[in-house]
Amino acid sequence: MADGAAPTAAGPAARLSRDGLPLLLFALLAAAPFAGFGDGASLTLMARAMILALAATGLWLLVGGAGLISLGHAATLGCGAYAVAILDAHGITEGAIVFPVAILGAGLFAFLTGAVSLRTSGVHFIMITLAFGQMAFFTAASLAAYGGDDGYTLYGRTEFLGGRLLESRLVFHFVCLGALALVWALCRAVLASRFGRVLRATRENPLRVQAVGFSPYPYRLAAYTLAGMTGGLAGALLANATEFVSPAILAWQRSGDLLFAVILGGLGRLHGAMLGAFAFLLLEETLSHVTAHWRLLFGPLLVLAVIFLPGGLVGGLVGGRRKPGGPA
Amino acid sequence: MPIGLLLVQALNGLQLGILLFLVAAGLTLVFGVMHFINLAHGVQYMLGAYLGATLAAWTGSFWLGLVLALPAALLCGLVLEVAVFRHLYGRDHLSQVLATFGVILFLNEAVRTLWGSAPLPMAMPESLSGGIPLMPGLLYPTYRLAIIAAGLATALLLWFLVERTRLGMLVRAGASNAPMVSALGVDIGRLFTAVFGFGAMLAGFAGVLAGPIFSVEPGMGDNLLILAFVVIVIGGIGSIRGAFLAALLVGLLDTLGRSLLPELMRLFLAPSPARQAGAALASMLVYVVMAAILALRPAGLFPARGA
Amino acid sequence: MSAPLLALRDLRKHFGGLAVTDGVSLEVRPGEIHAVIGPNGAGKTTLIHQISGTLRPDSGQVRFLGEDVTALPFARRVRRGLARTFQITSILPGFSALENAALAVQARSGSSFRFLRPAAAEAGLNREALAALAAVGLAHRAAVPAGTLSHGEKRQLELAIAIATRPRLLLLDEPLAGAGAEETERLIGILGRLRAEYGILLVEHDMRAVFALADRISVLAQGRLVTTGTTGEIRAHPEVRAAYLGEDEMA
Repeated sequence: MADGAAPTAAGPAARLSRDGLPLLLFALLAAAPFAGFGDGASLTLMARAMILALAATGLWLLVGGAGLISLGHAATLGCGAYAVAILDAHGITEGAIVFPVAILGAGLFAFLTGAVSLRTSGVHFIMITLAFGQMAFFTAASLAAYGGDDGYTLYGRTEFLGGRLLESRLVFHFVCLGALALVWALCRAVLASRFGRVLRATRENPLRVQAVGFSPYPYRLAAYTLAGMTGGLAGALLANATEFVSPAILAWQRSGDLLFAVILGGLGRLHGAMLGAFAFLLLEETLSHVTAHWRLLFGPLLVLAVIFLPGGLVGGLVGGRRKPGGPA
Repeated sequence: MPIGLLLVQALNGLQLGILLFLVAAGLTLVFGVMHFINLAHGVQYMLGAYLGATLAAWTGSFWLGLVLALPAALLCGLVLEVAVFRHLYGRDHLSQVLATFGVILFLNEAVRTLWGSAPLPMAMPESLSGGIPLMPGLLYPTYRLAIIAAGLATALLLWFLVERTRLGMLVRAGASNAPMVSALGVDIGRLFTAVFGFGAMLAGFAGVLAGPIFSVEPGMGDNLLILAFVVIVIGGIGSIRGAFLAALLVGLLDTLGRSLLPELMRLFLAPSPARQAGAALASMLVYVVMAAILALRPAGLFPARGA
Repeated sequence: MSAPLLALRDLRKHFGGLAVTDGVSLEVRPGEIHAVIGPNGAGKTTLIHQISGTLRPDSGQVRFLGEDVTALPFARRVRRGLARTFQITSILPGFSALENAALAVQARSGSSFRFLRPAAAEAGLNREALAALAAVGLAHRAAVPAGTLSHGEKRQLELAIAIATRPRLLLLDEPLAGAGAEETERLIGILGRLRAEYGILLVEHDMRAVFALADRISVLAQGRLVTTGTTGEIRAHPEVRAAYLGEDEMA
């Protein structure tokens, strides 16, 4: 069963067993700074992991929820990050402005590119999302006023009501955790809602969805926009985490990384995206300690994972299916 | 803008279009026949460039390098097909995207490990290193003209192979109905391998040609690959003719956009913002045109027959 | 006689040089089961596609409830009450049987741009979905994932989904295809009960079922309508007898 697909409302006990893993994950992340992982390096790594997980959760909404394989998700992170940078360059660092602009800006980008991309499907869709991602990349690289190719260093982290809250690594840790938990809970609710039901149905069988009277396009576009908005949030957090924004954020390989994180976690459950993102970063960290040329190991691992682990870490998928998704 | 400069830019655009076509042709054939989306097609272009540069340096001759690099690129393509891609034909596009993405990570890094991150120099052949006067006082590099000529010749050859030979007939038939071709007693696996190797060789050929004028460096194939995707999306997936025309269109648009748009912006803006706005618009131009074409014709300009 | 639910006016469709629908005109009246029969390749499924809106005719008109719907897309026709089933079973295998039907109820009751409230907890949707399942005798299988139902049950579920859209007319494209003898009996029983509430356009190869169920029959051959008549008239039609129906099937 996909999230929320059960015909009757789940009781508290059932809910705990269904959501036990993600809730445990949040608890661990909340405890980590006080359990020996409060040093700068650990907090930095965890922040990266949570931001990646947040972006991957939004992407899961598309891939796992709607069966849409976007290879341009990093562009929405770029929109969010560049919103922070551009506002910063004009002296605006208030979070109450920066975050909504980042989220809505990324949502607008997703809406406009999605409106075109979603007219196609299958392999066309993959290529077009990739192309729009590349468009965003080159556009960012051409923004000479904001660093162009070299990137832009923020004057400081985003403030809230003039307070420099995010300067504290610990506060930032909990902001990221809160954002991740919120986005997960929202996506989970969305998937179980009327809207999510239509979305999940379009993944399984678009013809059937039309045959009961729905046109899939507006639902897909709304999902694409929602995913873009989560990407914008992740991008704004990412800009704050590194205090630096460059086109590298929206390089197409980042979109590939995100997609890999989602698949590594598995399309069976929404929290697969989080698990996949954490596993992805852990793998990257571990391998990069082994050798500087860690991608020599990472690439083949990815290939092997695709060929031999089609269900991802949380399973839920029968191996070797032709269609992405299937019964979730 | 003076007419001479415009001419030069148009030729540059044509030359980019030709290289794009050589990459896109393999991509579109492979997709058309096998419904296999191969992100790693761009690294085959990169491998071609590295093989060409290395072999040319060893032998001391561009031509020997070119002649040796082609079978080497073919071999690389075949090895990849047997080792990885073959296991992905029956799988969904998502798996194909990810696995070929893994291949890209590996090969880009392998190239970086073997040759280093710095661009590899590649000398152009002595005989083509000069220029040809386009008009009084304006020389255009002979080598770039040679690329255009070589690309056009390859396009003709390809057209002949696909439209006029038995192999081409099988490829076209396989694209629309693989089971039927199998039923005719053709080993569809062998046909796939052949098409794949051929596509890899075309991309490698483009890589060798590009070696002396672009920087030979890790990841050089990725950007071209994405432009090649734009080309086949505009041209219509599976269509060689569409790929050819769309490649020229994209090459010209991109090159001319980058030189003309900043100039155009100066009519409206001060020089500095004009340059910036022009550059930003130019980098979006190809994609905006793609979006416009798709909005009107979702299947591309020349959808392949039977697809 | 009451106004027809569905009226086709001189429908034409060509694929290349081949006329797959060649000037077809017919009507389906309320409460009637109107069967369309004909040999393979006669253009029956193509006709269904044009009526349901998955294929656009070259010329001619599809009128539904007195209105021209020829230009309306598939989903909009469904919302007007023109539901169809598919020759190859089309359900949502990962959804429960109930949720399959509930999706159809949802499509006609309020906006589906609701993002937070769990759809599975909407009693109204579930109640009507369950009623649709009950109408085809599938209520006891409501919680079962649709993908694990038997073939016959999937056919029943597809009918239930169509009913859940609250249609005026059902287009049934070979609802008995692939069903075993026992399943066929069950499905014929269900279709017979449905006629009280819906007009039905039935495309079916099983002649025994057609003659058991249909009020009127249209015979299609090479895209053209050979004749339309009551079962008795069709049985007696010499051309039909000779060309399209085996003698044994007429018994």
